[in-house]
Amino acid sequence: MFDPRMTYVLQLADTCLIHAQRLGEWCGHAPVIEEDLALTNMALDLIGQARALLTHAGALEGAGRDEDQLAFLREERDYRNVVLVELPNSAASPSDGSGGRDFALTTLRNAAVAIWLELLYEKLLDSTDPELAAIAAKALKEVRYHRQHASDWVVRLGDGTAESQARMQAALAVLWPYVNELFAAPGVDGVGPAWKDVEAEWRARWGTLMQEATLSLPRDSALRTQGHLGVHSEHMGHLLATMQYLQRAYPGGVW
Amino acid sequence: MNLEAARARLASLPDPEIPAVTLVELGIVRDLRETGAGLEVVLTPTYSGCPATELIADDVRAALAEFGPVTVTLQRSPAWTTDWISAEGREKLQRYGIVPPQCSAEQAIRFVPQLRCPRCAGGRTEQLSRFGSTPCKSTWRCIECGEPFEYFKSI
Repeated sequence: MFDPRMTYVLQLADTCLIHAQRLGEWCGHAPVIEEDLALTNMALDLIGQARALLTHAGALEGAGRDEDQLAFLREERDYRNVVLVELPNSAASPSDGSGGRDFALTTLRNAAVAIWLELLYEKLLDSTDPELAAIAAKALKEVRYHRQHASDWVVRLGDGTAESQARMQAALAVLWPYVNELFAAPGVDGVGPAWKDVEAEWRARWGTLMQEATLSLPRDSALRTQGHLGVHSEHMGHLLATMQYLQRAYPGGVW
Repeated sequence: MNLEAARARLASLPDPEIPAVTLVELGIVRDLRETGAGLEVVLTPTYSGCPATELIADDVRAALAEFGPVTVTLQRSPAWTTDWISAEGREKLQRYGIVPPQCSAEQAIRFVPQLRCPRCAGGRTEQLSRFGSTPCKSTWRCIECGEPFEYFKSI
């Protein structure tokens, strides 16, 4: 029912949007105030990218839906983000004293997504869709900065104390099976590359980062999540309940 | 319609987040032209998620309303870069206490800035955070005078 170009743009848009939602959950809770600023600033960039991409997806659909309708008024199955970004900020229960936030997990995921977005946006500079190419050119500068920031933390914590390294290694074990999905979605001729096209480079860069951070890669997993096809984890409904609350409770509400 | 007067009015508009510099000096205003329907102003957003973008568009519309109907167009390509900040804009930022970009956008990927404190000109400074109070800045501290300051990141 969807134009494949719209689906392609939505997969990217929703991954930015949901990733930003999780980063934003750190607002007021980060370990230090500088990192509070960093996490929310990166979330802001990603929401900006999602806004542009959702607006474009709405235009491709041609049914009059704007960024807000797409962000807030779809059902779970219509979101096309990868499952990796919808996982909670901690694998532990929120009642264990962590408040449901694990900085190790957030940091690793942030680095993984930033490297991936950087590689995809680089390729999208050559898109035959001029709007998508323009969004990519702007976004590329932003995610490059995110990648630098997140990678520095990965090295600092991985190659840190015995405690920080153990926590990073544990977080990596949680995330690793979900990384497979970053290479799952098909491309659209001329418009955007298959995600598989960035896999080799992503794995090379990730390998270098892990080495620098003295972290060892877990064994590859057979898990193949399908968020990009609309099949989400049990966490997605809870995330949307928070994210969509205002528009559901007060339809059409504006600032 | 007096395009020159409109241009002068537009050039006087401060950035809402950093009022020490104007929108034109920051390089956000890409064009002002007359169309059959009135004036068209072309703006380029600085960061994808910059919350000031809509406020800036509103400011421009309000400021030019006296010249007739105004359309504001957001143009994403070519992407805004700090290379477009004018020399005058850089000087004003510096005087306001924000160190202007120290390298071109091209060099920014590998560049680690060595900044001089904009208050005491001391050379021993350290970055406190890669991010700051707005998307375009990072947070620094002068070790010599102890004062914090901001740096306008090159992108």
